[in-house]
Amino acid sequence: MKSIALTSVALLCAVLIYSTMGFPAWGDSDSPASTHVSDYYIENAVNDTAVPNLVTAVLADYRGYDTLFETTVVLIAGLACFFLLRRFKPRQPQHRLYRHIDTGITLIIEQGGKEPTDSEEFVRIDSRWVPYDLVIQQASCLVIPFLQLFALYVIAHGHHSPGGGFQGGVIFGATIILMAIANDLRSAARRVSERLGALMASAGVLIYAGIGALCILLGGSFLDYSALSKLFAFTPVMARSHGILGVEIGVAVAVSAVMIWIYYNLASAGRHEEGL
Amino acid sequence: MEELAAVFVARYNYWGVIILMGIGLYAMIAKTNMVKKIIGMNIFQTAIILFYISTAAKYGASIPIIAHGHGAQGHGIRAADYMNPLPHVLMLTAIVVSVATLGVALALAVRVYWNYDSLEEDEILNQIKAGQLNRK
Repeated sequence: MKSIALTSVALLCAVLIYSTMGFPAWGDSDSPASTHVSDYYIENAVNDTAVPNLVTAVLADYRGYDTLFETTVVLIAGLACFFLLRRFKPRQPQHRLYRHIDTGITLIIEQGGKEPTDSEEFVRIDSRWVPYDLVIQQASCLVIPFLQLFALYVIAHGHHSPGGGFQGGVIFGATIILMAIANDLRSAARRVSERLGALMASAGVLIYAGIGALCILLGGSFLDYSALSKLFAFTPVMARSHGILGVEIGVAVAVSAVMIWIYYNLASAGRHEEGL
Repeated sequence: MEELAAVFVARYNYWGVIILMGIGLYAMIAKTNMVKKIIGMNIFQTAIILFYISTAAKYGASIPIIAHGHGAQGHGIRAADYMNPLPHVLMLTAIVVSVATLGVALALAVRVYWNYDSLEEDEILNQIKAGQLNRK
């Protein structure tokens, strides 16, 4: 079986490598991919949308439909993880572990025993022992606010520098995941609960589609942001620029929430109780 | 010899992509462990992303952000001075979607593990043939 796979894959690679002789050379500016519509984008994007970052302009304006449905695909992936894994019936473990914060003593409470509430004194810890790692916790505490600020910068500055909704959203989601890894799943879920994540994921797609629908209401076609100039005091070109920003915010909200949501479901195998 | 070097320089990006794609495809076909198959799928996706990005390159061109573009008029922009933005756009979304599909694939693997207590393809096949599906 393995030899059949190896020979067929090697044969395919050989055929493909032979066929590359007809491909355009590396760095060829006249290659089919770099002519036609691409030249139009480069030469006219600034005049059309006032966005110097061509990737952002093409992503959110010229190819707005594509990005809308990519965002929907991301939302559907989050929903698929939720429906595949989520279990609402809480498991009854043999025992639960609590740590007394001042002394660092670990309490094992058998099933049916009286459990302390999470408070200033006691904190619940995962039953698969998690080291009480002060350095990692404090370092992540220091780093996370700046990472989140950077994520917001990447979203907001996507018009002029590399960045935008997808990148900033993933960075923002990664900060929450970092919090879940450095502490535990419950402390991350106290800040961004599953319900908030699901709402944000849906709201992000809704913002995107809502801006598109608003353009229809104002007399343009779907996702034609220049129609927004009737509502606000923009020129049509600046309206397209601001419409792109609104759409990028929607993408960022959806993507960050879905990343967090997928992580919660995967890390705890759907129980949201004890994670990595 | 110099001809060969010229061909290599003009095509090595495609060859790297094809080798990477072959590794991913082989892992998807030949490996029996499901997580290894998923990793193979991810390597395959990476090869496709690399292929698209490498087609965007142009000799002597800069990144696809118009220099001094803020408030400036777009006159005198030559397409040859900037890389092709279109493959970057397509792959930007493809990267995020690949992360999302990776999540779904891992979730499916977790479900398979719940049902069969195994991620090995042959063991799962044996269990299906024996008709012992332990529903949890």
